[in-house]
Amino acid sequence: MQVPAPFEYERATSVDHAIALLERLGSEARLVAGGHSLLPMMKLRFATPEYLIDINDLHDELGYIRVEGDEFRIGAMTRHRELLESDELAAAFPIFRDAEKVIADPVVRNRGTLGGSLCQADPAEDLSAVCTTLDASCVIRSSDGERVLTMHEFHRGPYETAVEDAQMLTEIRIPIRPNGSSAYEKVERRAGDWAIVSAGAAVWMDGETISDARVGLAAVGPNTTGIGAISEALRGQVPTEELYATAGGLAAEASRPSADSRGTEAYKRHLADELTRRALRRSVARITGTNGQEA
Amino acid sequence: MQVTMTVNGEEVTKEIEGRLLLVHFIRDHLGLTGTHWGCDTSNCGTCVVLMDDEPVKSCTVLAAMAGGRQVRTVEGLEVDGVLDPVQEGFMQCHGLQCGFCTPGMMLTARALLDDNPDPTEHEIREAISGQICRCTGYSTIVRSVQWAANAESESPVTVGGAS
Ligand code: FES
Ligand code: FES
Repeated sequence: MQVPAPFEYERATSVDHAIALLERLGSEARLVAGGHSLLPMMKLRFATPEYLIDINDLHDELGYIRVEGDEFRIGAMTRHRELLESDELAAAFPIFRDAEKVIADPVVRNRGTLGGSLCQADPAEDLSAVCTTLDASCVIRSSDGERVLTMHEFHRGPYETAVEDAQMLTEIRIPIRPNGSSAYEKVERRAGDWAIVSAGAAVWMDGETISDARVGLAAVGPNTTGIGAISEALRGQVPTEELYATAGGLAAEASRPSADSRGTEAYKRHLADELTRRALRRSVARITGTNGQEA
Repeated sequence: MQVTMTVNGEEVTKEIEGRLLLVHFIRDHLGLTGTHWGCDTSNCGTCVVLMDDEPVKSCTVLAAMAGGRQVRTVEGLEVDGVLDPVQEGFMQCHGLQCGFCTPGMMLTARALLDDNPDPTEHEIREAISGQICRCTGYSTIVRSVQWAANAESESPVTVGGAS
């Protein structure tokens, strides 16, 4: 039987209350949202907080998906199920629905949250790759106010984020840009598993040419890697199979996978290449209205 | 610490440790052993119960987190001696063999039908995709849920429905 080490349970009733509790309880306190990353870690005693602050009652305050000005704002307590079911989000960023369909299973998706996924900062975590691909920013709140970080600044390393003691991730912001689309491709050993490798792509077009593109990978290295070289290679180009192959090659090169029971390094590099091509192809097809099958 | 929640319509209050998992609270503190406990790692789904009408894996929820919420276990499916149509369906269509996965399967099915009274086969398979059955090959489970959906559409008045 796996049982967490003892801790004191507290329940927060608002964001301000959660931050006040974090301030009072110090560095041995952790927030728990859906609990589907943290509780398994606690059961294995990889995480042994002395205080656990339950923020599920903050769903009313932090569970939302809305458009404000030229960005989507998504509350950190928004659950996977809500991300999956939001038609508004799927219309603007189809990558979210692509990814959510293959994150865990429906029962787990009833609990897990966007904020929890990002704060877990697992290098194989899908929503981190999605947010990196979309150039999202993260709002971190403390009693001193808010700061807004890029995904790159937010993820300091595996399982490590810029959220310090007495701070809390409250919102994700995603810029809306015209003439764009996105897609997510994942290969897993069995339905709902962690990715062997996954790749997200977002593409913006100006007529026939790609005006900008971003690719984010998961499970191929210490961080969910946004690969700048791919953006450079794609900008100003007309999308072709050769171009996707170039991007795939860059993705494989940038990957730093480790061999494990899910596959060898070479296999994972191959996947990084192939999934990058597929995600780009599908993003472009979604903009141009073609079918996105390999030519 | 003290926790109070509603289980199958009855309010219960118990003194517990903060680290107690909901599945053990239900089985060991309330004696409701119909909720099964398998993988302990949120993979198998045999521990599924409904919390505020949504299926959750009770091995990955703290009892404390269920405080103030409505929990429904397999024991709460039968109402006033009348089986839930989902239970009836599992009986009619051989939706179980060893029965280990069955409580979780039935609760997920109940939540699905409350949300979507006429699911397609694909929707049923998707709904139970976080739950493992080592016996049936799933076909009879799918048929059982379809049986329940049909029964409910024919006589909606007698349905226990959402709690
Ligand atoms: S015991 Fe909870 S999912 Fe297996
Ligand atoms: S009936 Fe035996 S595991 Fe499903």
